[in-house]
Amino acid sequence: MNPDFAFLVEVIVGGLLSGVMYALVAIGFVLIYKTSGVLNFAQGAMVLFAALTFVSLLERGLPFVGALAATLAVMVVLGLAVERAVLRPLVNQPPITLFMATLGVSYVIEGAAQLAWGTQVHGLDLGIDDTPFEIGGVLVSRFDLFAAGVAGLMVAALTAFFRYTHTGLAFRAVADDPFAALNAGLRLPRIWSAVWIAAGLVALVAGLLWGARLGVQFSLSLVVLKALPVLVLGGFDSIAGAILAGLIVGAVEKLSEVYLGPFIGGGIEGWIAYVAALAFLLVRPSGLLGLRSVERV
Amino acid sequence: MIALGIVPLVGTSYLYEAILTPFLALALAGLGLNLLTGYAGLLSLGSAAFMAVGAYAAFNLSLRLPILPLPVTIFAAGLVAALAGVIGGLPALRLRGFYLAVSTLAVQFFVAWALNRIGWLSNDSPSGIVTAPRLVVAGISFEDARGRYLFSLAVVALLTFAAWRLVRSPTGRDLVAIRDHETAARITGVRVARTKLLAFGLSSFIVGVAGVLWAFAYLRTLEPAGFNLDRSFQILFIVIIGGLGTLRGAFLGAGFIVVLPLILARLGAAILGDGFDSGTLEMCQRIVLGILIVAVLIREPAGLTALLDRAVGRLRGRAA
Repeated sequence: MNPDFAFLVEVIVGGLLSGVMYALVAIGFVLIYKTSGVLNFAQGAMVLFAALTFVSLLERGLPFVGALAATLAVMVVLGLAVERAVLRPLVNQPPITLFMATLGVSYVIEGAAQLAWGTQVHGLDLGIDDTPFEIGGVLVSRFDLFAAGVAGLMVAALTAFFRYTHTGLAFRAVADDPFAALNAGLRLPRIWSAVWIAAGLVALVAGLLWGARLGVQFSLSLVVLKALPVLVLGGFDSIAGAILAGLIVGAVEKLSEVYLGPFIGGGIEGWIAYVAALAFLLVRPSGLLGLRSVERV
Repeated sequence: MIALGIVPLVGTSYLYEAILTPFLALALAGLGLNLLTGYAGLLSLGSAAFMAVGAYAAFNLSLRLPILPLPVTIFAAGLVAALAGVIGGLPALRLRGFYLAVSTLAVQFFVAWALNRIGWLSNDSPSGIVTAPRLVVAGISFEDARGRYLFSLAVVALLTFAAWRLVRSPTGRDLVAIRDHETAARITGVRVARTKLLAFGLSSFIVGVAGVLWAFAYLRTLEPAGFNLDRSFQILFIVIIGGLGTLRGAFLGAGFIVVLPLILARLGAAILGDGFDSGTLEMCQRIVLGILIVAVLIREPAGLTALLDRAVGRLRGRAA
């Protein structure tokens, strides 16, 4: 294979795989936005909290499975607590107020996580070595592949859940039309609680993978900033959109870093994803999957 | 409403330096954002970027065109910020709500990147941190703590008055019309696209001047890190906590956001003693601030202005 072309493929594959990681965070947003219309900025703080709790328990000598179970329990409690204490009293408030409230929540969670577990950087080893291996002349990171696999499993599980379970059907009903759902006898508070738990679990998965990649530290809560352009591109309310957009954003980011970076200076990954998402929306205002146009002119 | 800006002219220099001057700068930024978010209903998370544009524009103007008097420099810096606002507001023509809010993050990150990358903007200072020029107008120096406060007060009073006039003008009503019902506004002859960009321009002008005050009168240095995303959120907090769509709200919100951390720091130091390291204290402050924000939102989603109005109404009712 032509080495230039092989390099291009390598960049794209690397980008796509890191895009999966973005999508992982974005899915947490989508779950909550879809069912309750809340853009939950605290999702990043939840990712940090999950990773920090898990790694700290591990360091205190708990076995892997035990730490995982304990963190799972903590995330369930956290999701329930946030929903009950913050979101439920604010039902029917404008979206901006809800967004601000979740920002306040993210302060509390970040503060509490670091107060409880300290501010130093923890390494997290999931037991997957990060040695790249070669497929047809293209180097691929083993860890990235593993992350993509986990993300795929999670999406499959979520899809199955939405499609085949009673609660999943209720989720979809609420997302479709909350008043009709209420009228049909669905108990909205119970569904909101469930969805916050689900978001907590997604945060745990994202936290473990991101934590293993970057080290568990405060900056982990900043992964939300990676997820936001993905959400704009894919739509706040579409899991499939989040995945597709995650892949696109990941690839665009890597490609521009490699091919554009030398001309306009490094460090552009902070904003290039946003610009790319905007440019795309200007061409196709209905977004990636053309789902809806409520929030778009 | 303007009377709120008038604070007793007695006080220690600590009061001026650490509380009143940053309060004024942030209140002005909140005022600017409130025009955009509260009146026109357009959400922006890029306020700190517009502050940075204003501050760095003023710095470069006074560095490269020292002949300009300071008020002209500040006005021109506001215009540069307004231009940045109009460009940053372009997505508003096609996006709404959170889609728009996230789009303005592009401005936030792009400006931060540009300030770090383009050395010319910070006069090739290796750290990116530069000293602000002296505050001198027509030979009168405003260099001491009180002078810088008075300077800020004058600017804020002027712009608050202008904003007050604006929201009562036909243009101000156009903004509210777009917020409340865009289609209806369009039918009644409001030029929606033009008005939205105008809102971004006017708002960014004020926010940009607030950035000048923040850098020139309060910090007296400029650094890109001072205008990060946290600052943008802080300004949005000011607007939401204070009350959307009210000019007073920005001042009440800024009071809450500026004074509260100071009280918390004092309280924390007093309660926990010196044995605690500053890191722990900072975390506790963050938690308490978060809880308070959530508490205010739950107690009074319409903001402190509504709370104040109700309290005043109750007092009047009792008196009658």
